[in-house]
Amino acid sequence: MQNMNLWLIIIGMAIVTYIPRMLPMVLLQEIKLPPLIKRFLELIPFAALSALIFPGILSSTGSTTSAVIGGIIAVLLAFFRLNLIVVVVGSILSVFCWETLLV
Amino acid sequence: METADVKTNAAKDLSFFAGTKEGIPIALGYIPIAIAFGLLAKSVGLPNRISIIMSLLVFAGASQFVAVNLLALSSSSWEIILTTFIVNLRHLLMSASISQRIENRVTKGWRFLLSFGITDETFSIASLRPEEKLSPNFILGLNLISYSAWVGGTAIGVFLGAGLPKVVQNSMGIALYAMFIGLLIPNTRDSRQVFILVVLAMMINSLLNWVSLFNFLSAGWNIIITTIVAAMLGAIFFPEDGEE
Repeated sequence: MQNMNLWLIIIGMAIVTYIPRMLPMVLLQEIKLPPLIKRFLELIPFAALSALIFPGILSSTGSTTSAVIGGIIAVLLAFFRLNLIVVVVGSILSVFCWETLLV
Repeated sequence: METADVKTNAAKDLSFFAGTKEGIPIALGYIPIAIAFGLLAKSVGLPNRISIIMSLLVFAGASQFVAVNLLALSSSSWEIILTTFIVNLRHLLMSASISQRIENRVTKGWRFLLSFGITDETFSIASLRPEEKLSPNFILGLNLISYSAWVGGTAIGVFLGAGLPKVVQNSMGIALYAMFIGLLIPNTRDSRQVFILVVLAMMINSLLNWVSLFNFLSAGWNIIITTIVAAMLGAIFFPEDGEE
């Protein structure tokens, strides 16, 4: 692999990744947005998070079964409003236990 | 009145340190993924220095994995850069959303800096904070711990050259998903509107992923389309915040 070419690829990647991150943050600062758009932007976190979770979670571990178990444990722990670290560690441990018990 | 007081009291700490603390679950999730990235990059023959610089300059997990895979297949530079663009385009929506949540007095310079650190994970933590406006210090702390974990993990991967045991790797794979669930579920309990929106978005994304008609769309496009459609439908049908 040519080192020069690699550098160009990385710089290109950095630029096309940074621009979509930066433009709205800098440009939407002082613009007065219509209520529909404001509400749309408010709801983006919930819509984006849902799309990031499902169905991607199903292929996040060694098997679909362990992923489903980890997911259910996370939902249960989160439902009772436990600390985020507890939710994450609890879910990891449940997958770990399932996978070690099976292998 | 009383609930409003509780809300502001419960969540007042928006210091740099509070940001780094909130970012701990992100770091926990990033480190094993970054190690895996470093290992993959090494296995396809990427120089160590280049892998670390990629993590330093790009700071976007999924696209870095894709790029390294494409490099291994000797794809053209343009193809790699274009794919990176598409995979990371969803941050445009996140940046637009979070732009409305940053304190108004924050300067352009700060905005240029903070926007570099927008990832799925930092966005999730920041945007689901109860405060209406967020301080730049808080977001900087959040971004910085996440960034350090990503770059540090990459370095561990390329220099140690050995991964975590398979079963540990597999179980850690759920970490960031569990974090997303941990952030989302309490909101679905508090608001029926959010609950409906979440179910709707997951259904749309499943359709896009599983119905063969949509096979031509990549996972990156699926997330973008789902986010726009679900948030737009939500804005039309739930124009007011329905919190009781």
